[in-house]
Amino acid sequence: MRIEYNFGFFDEGSKREIRRATLKAIAIPGYQVPFASREMPIARGWGTGGLQLTLSLVGMDDIIKVIDQGSDESVNAVNIKKLVRKTTEVQETDLTSEATIIQSRHRIPEISLNEGQILVLQVPIPEPLRYVEPSEYVTKRLHADREYSGAWLMLFEQIMKYGNMSTGADHPVSVNKRYVMAPSPIPRFDNPKMNNSEALILLGAGREKKIYAVPPYTEVTSLAFDDYPFQTESFDQKQCRLCGSTGVFMDELVDEKTGETYYQCNDSSYCLSKLNNQLK
Amino acid sequence: MGYVAVKGGTNAIAQSIKRLKYNRIKKGEILSINEIESGMRGLIDQVMSESSIYCEELAAISIKQAEGNPEEAVFLLRAYRSTLPRKHYSKVVRSEDMTVERRISASFKDIPGGQILGASYDYTHRLIDFDLADETKEELIQWLENFNKEVDIIEDSTDINKLPKVLDYLRSQGLISDCGEKNNEPKDITKKSIEFPTERSERLQILTRGQTGAVTSLGYAALRGYGDTHPTIGELRVGSLPIYVDNPLNNDHDDEDSFYIGEIKVTEVETLFPASEEKEDGKVQMELEIGYGICYGQNETKAIAMSILDHCLEIGDPRYPTHDEEFVLLHIDSIESSGFISHLKLPHYVTFKSKLDSIVKTRKGE
Repeated sequence: MRIEYNFGFFDEGSKREIRRATLKAIAIPGYQVPFASREMPIARGWGTGGLQLTLSLVGMDDIIKVIDQGSDESVNAVNIKKLVRKTTEVQETDLTSEATIIQSRHRIPEISLNEGQILVLQVPIPEPLRYVEPSEYVTKRLHADREYSGAWLMLFEQIMKYGNMSTGADHPVSVNKRYVMAPSPIPRFDNPKMNNSEALILLGAGREKKIYAVPPYTEVTSLAFDDYPFQTESFDQKQCRLCGSTGVFMDELVDEKTGETYYQCNDSSYCLSKLNNQLK
Repeated sequence: MGYVAVKGGTNAIAQSIKRLKYNRIKKGEILSINEIESGMRGLIDQVMSESSIYCEELAAISIKQAEGNPEEAVFLLRAYRSTLPRKHYSKVVRSEDMTVERRISASFKDIPGGQILGASYDYTHRLIDFDLADETKEELIQWLENFNKEVDIIEDSTDINKLPKVLDYLRSQGLISDCGEKNNEPKDITKKSIEFPTERSERLQILTRGQTGAVTSLGYAALRGYGDTHPTIGELRVGSLPIYVDNPLNNDHDDEDSFYIGEIKVTEVETLFPASEEKEDGKVQMELEIGYGICYGQNETKAIAMSILDHCLEIGDPRYPTHDEEFVLLHIDSIESSGFISHLKLPHYVTFKSKLDSIVKTRKGE
């Protein structure tokens, strides 16, 4: 029993179904389009939503980059890349500027993306109201009514409790002044990069069976109050130990020998390019 | 110099996979697919049922690759299923047409056609048979010969291909309402994601694909206290169902023109739930309601639990989680639950750093 896999793993019908949902998502920015998420050869919850988007979109000429936690070399990124390669044989790259499709878990690259590039984000929990409303039936109606007081209340309660908005990654955003959207688990630091992005941003949640999108040049604002503005993670006065960069998302590391804390660019491709003087 | 744990993934993965293969073969024995197919019927049936793909050979290969771990075997098969084009829906299958190999009713002693015990663990003592450790092929062949001789002698006029359904009798007595047939094309949950409230066809699909343990646990919960039910099994049958598809070139759904594409073994259960119904004059009358369970292979506990959950979801009592369709349907899938639980093993450095930043800020009261 020998079986050859199709280009891009899926049969053509499945790819078409996913592309249709994607087109709908692009047409209605921030709206979660339900789709028939397929079971994948990687675990549900390890990026199958992003992978389904990537495999349905990828063509022979694409150059693919996969990041996980800022690194091209993290185990999950390597694994996903391996699967895309195995089923399509397209070219891969670590260089952000070279890639046509960038699939990512948890980070938007530090250098700004350009027209023609597609950023695919892997989403674990696409519903921004899930913390305040467990029922899918109800949240769907709340979105229809543009009833987002739950999300505002969540932020308000955090301020009351902690004196600050205590969201981690996944701080809710408003897209095109209509839908409130979960920006996948990207850190608050990356939220502003979605605003007016030149690249198309697609978000895929495999287990929750949703695709949504931020089309290029779309307004994306992080929810915040006038007197409690949105704040990103701060890395003031922190410098990358390897390349000397400032103003980027940093990993906090401890030197095993001296016990000293030091910082390093989280975006490993950015750091490497910096070291190689490819970036100014 | 410290290191960044996520680096060096490529080589680490290659070595890990090598190690996995080593674990599978280190004792120097190789399981043949044929051995798995013939000796692990229970696992094959369970894996096919949860994978919702019916192929014993593929299930056997997956079980071999997964070293007998059902979670992994189902994972492999489901992923493979994603690569197959979905070409046809079968014609409506009638379970009356089942070639029955086991059929019991807990409701009536004397069912038309009789109780057929078939093969079941129910009546065995669960004592380990230590002789199995030294079972020889010669003994087996001898045993099989004797068995076949015995079977030839027994004569029985029961037509196991046309056994009447127990529920039909109750229906004819007016004790259960006739629900009518609904033979339109089902909403296919593998082609479109579900929306709540769901249709029954969607619920049944998710329940039958559900992870055996999860379906059983939730069915048990509904029975034990987190539910308000105590069903009686009207009929449980295990047997093979013939599957036909319409002639793809001719769309007139003519039975004569349809194609036989094979048979599948299933377990089918119809359970009965006593319920009270208020009549127009205010009087309360007792009647029976039905729960339905069906799944690939011989999977009796799962099929019974499915029938309990089917009834729970049909009733939808808000007091109980087992009656809440979102709670039940969104959590019993093997691939979905194991996938998300296992993602916790992935690094979460960025998320954690971001959360840490918030925690530190709230402590400072910034």
